Amino acid sequence: MNFDLTEDQTLLVDTVRDFVKKESPVERMRKLRDTELGWDRAVWKKMGELGWLGVMFPEAVGGAGMTFVEAGLIVQELGTTLVPEPIIPLFVAGSALAEAGSAEQQQRFLAPALAGEQSLAFAFLEEQSRHDPHSVRTHAHPAGAGYRLRGKKRWVLNGHAADVIVVSARSDGGEASADGLSLFVIDRSLPGVRVQPVSTMDGQKAAMIELADVEVGADRVLGGVGKAGPLLAALMDLGAAASVCEASGILQTVLWMTRNYLMERKQFNVPIGSFQALQHRTVDMFVEAELTKSVAMLAMIKAQDPDPNERQRAISAAKASVIESGAFVTRQGIQLHGGIGVTDEHDVGLYFKRMHILATLFGDDAFHLARYASLPSFSANL
Amino acid sequence: MARRAISAAAMDLSFSPEELAFRDEVRAWIKSALPPHLAAKAEMDAEFTHAEVMEWHKILAGKGWAAPHWPKEVGGTGWDAARRFLFSEELELAGTPRLSPFGLAMVGPLMIQFGNDAQKKRYLPKILSGEEVWCQGYSEPNAGSDLASLALRAEDRGDHFILNGQKTWTTYAQYADWIFVLARTNAEAKKKQEGISFILCDMKSPGVTAKPFLTTGGTPAFCETWFENVRVPKENLVGELNQGWTYAKALLGHERTLVAGIGISARALLRAKRIARDTLAGGRPLLDDPVIRTRIATLEVRLDALRMANYRALAGAKLGHAPGPESSILKLRGTEIQQGCMDLLMFLMGDNSLSWFNEPGVVPPREQWVAPGFNYLRAATIYAGSNEIQKNIIAKMILGLP
Repeated sequence: MNFDLTEDQTLLVDTVRDFVKKESPVERMRKLRDTELGWDRAVWKKMGELGWLGVMFPEAVGGAGMTFVEAGLIVQELGTTLVPEPIIPLFVAGSALAEAGSAEQQQRFLAPALAGEQSLAFAFLEEQSRHDPHSVRTHAHPAGAGYRLRGKKRWVLNGHAADVIVVSARSDGGEASADGLSLFVIDRSLPGVRVQPVSTMDGQKAAMIELADVEVGADRVLGGVGKAGPLLAALMDLGAAASVCEASGILQTVLWMTRNYLMERKQFNVPIGSFQALQHRTVDMFVEAELTKSVAMLAMIKAQDPDPNERQRAISAAKASVIESGAFVTRQGIQLHGGIGVTDEHDVGLYFKRMHILATLFGDDAFHLARYASLPSFSANL
Repeated sequence: MARRAISAAAMDLSFSPEELAFRDEVRAWIKSALPPHLAAKAEMDAEFTHAEVMEWHKILAGKGWAAPHWPKEVGGTGWDAARRFLFSEELELAGTPRLSPFGLAMVGPLMIQFGNDAQKKRYLPKILSGEEVWCQGYSEPNAGSDLASLALRAEDRGDHFILNGQKTWTTYAQYADWIFVLARTNAEAKKKQEGISFILCDMKSPGVTAKPFLTTGGTPAFCETWFENVRVPKENLVGELNQGWTYAKALLGHERTLVAGIGISARALLRAKRIARDTLAGGRPLLDDPVIRTRIATLEVRLDALRMANYRALAGAKLGHAPGPESSILKLRGTEIQQGCMDLLMFLMGDNSLSWFNEPGVVPPREQWVAPGFNYLRAATIYAGSNEIQKNIIAKMILGLP
């Protein structure tokens, strides 16, 4: 058992910390949230050059050949200043390509993204799916040598900007069946791909994407047709794990931001941090932030566990736990700031908003608690 | 804030093969060593009597496992933090009697650190063997969370002290051979913390009276102890005169890392699921109801989170790091989760939770002892420094609030 970072990991974390401090304070995200893109292509390119985008991908496609632990460490640090570049969509969609894509598909669709020249999106949510990655209505009909895709995807992170989109579609099986699902990799420029950009509460952008009889060749299927069910579940867990890591960075930041405010804000002629009611509330925030740091490590270590039950148990525990902790810390962060905490001018509200997005994406608490309770481990030794 | 220790190996959440083999060995030994009449009570999570606790103490001492955290040269095991964690988790999961902490976990370690050789030789072996039972004389009627305002006087009479005053919450003092007290030896000290000494007192000394009283859990765990002109030889002073507060504080610092009681809560959750499986509502097991499952899972994922925090503390301790911020939350959240488990058990029992010490068979054996525990465990957030005091400490020491 060991949770200390290796030398390489320490170096990596230090580099990301240095970057967020010097080059990406929250003001950068503030400026970008009013733009059409919501993030910065030059920064994205730099992240590619620094090796962050490829950190968890094989060296053959230009990655660093490390694991999700390193990816999680990066995301955790980026969360501390709400860095808006679409790294979570890249890790999730990129993992689809890395896990199921051929060498040719990886070179064509993944390599440019890892270099920071393109960006990716993962389109899996639909109107009826309610967090279930297997609930898919989008259809893939055989057409000629390839497929015709028809359906609507919602809330596709970075869908407004992605050059390449990984979409789930069904060629067989009932609406929520894990069988008969496939993953396709498509370019946004294909005829029939209709992208409607939408804003999300955290100042970022996403898209509603309609696939109106999009014709793709057989070379656009990732892995075997109809076999993507288990991978879809794994991708969702990867996204959930990344959300947990980012939330950990957020909670640490909100905790210390609030603590600093309590030291400087004076009322009744004393710092309000001298009031025991507020001290105890801050300690409650500290407890939740420490638990979150702990489950972020759990998520980092287990996100790619080959045993799906073990992976799901850990990720659901981490996600459900972080949702409770995140709600508490960000809400109390605002409460302890008082009126200023509810203004757009103060940063604490930005963290509150992003936390809500992270809590909801890749499965909310109801979803993860229900899944956790349905696993064999829940009923073991009875 | 962050720990800068560099590791040569990747992050790893598993215990080593040696540690797992150790756990299996402990588990098998407990199974063979726990006498059937204690195993039967453990199965019900019944409250053990003092005699039963001491019976188990002597069995553990016979194996050399009564004081895993003591140094080897005074009868400890030499186990590292991970093995100590696994050992206590196995005991907790098996529901064995919990040994009295006052000798093994409190006065013993304090004496090992601050006592003289004569004291170590005289007291430690009998603490270890269970031949002498200890109780704790810290709190007083007017000194609870503000412990340093204690008033028990120890007057210097040359070769002995004369003790006068009262201690309370002297848990199981009615069975104790010895009591360790914090006593005021200098009423003129500038700060109240500076006039306190750590003194050992024979419970058979003339003038000592212990009077037990019931907890809400129906057990005679609590006690008040009076001292009326009690003569204590000077050799019973531990460490230096007027330094008792420092020693007591140092001891509190030690014992922070293993107090989350993960095994206690894990066992309670297993019990909760068994009750839910065997209780029917509308002809179906409660455990099949998604609402019930979610309610149990809500608590279990929080226990998973705490377990991870505990593992972080263990891994740090194993590598010789000073306790990180994660260790300070273990008592706080661990006791809250223990109470949460009791709340859950009572909820799952439904009407059966009305029962109070009835004949066997009125409620299923598995449910018989839940209600007393539900009551008694309210103490968990109060003893060993109330959770509010813990929060004061974290606010000051870690968050640096004024």
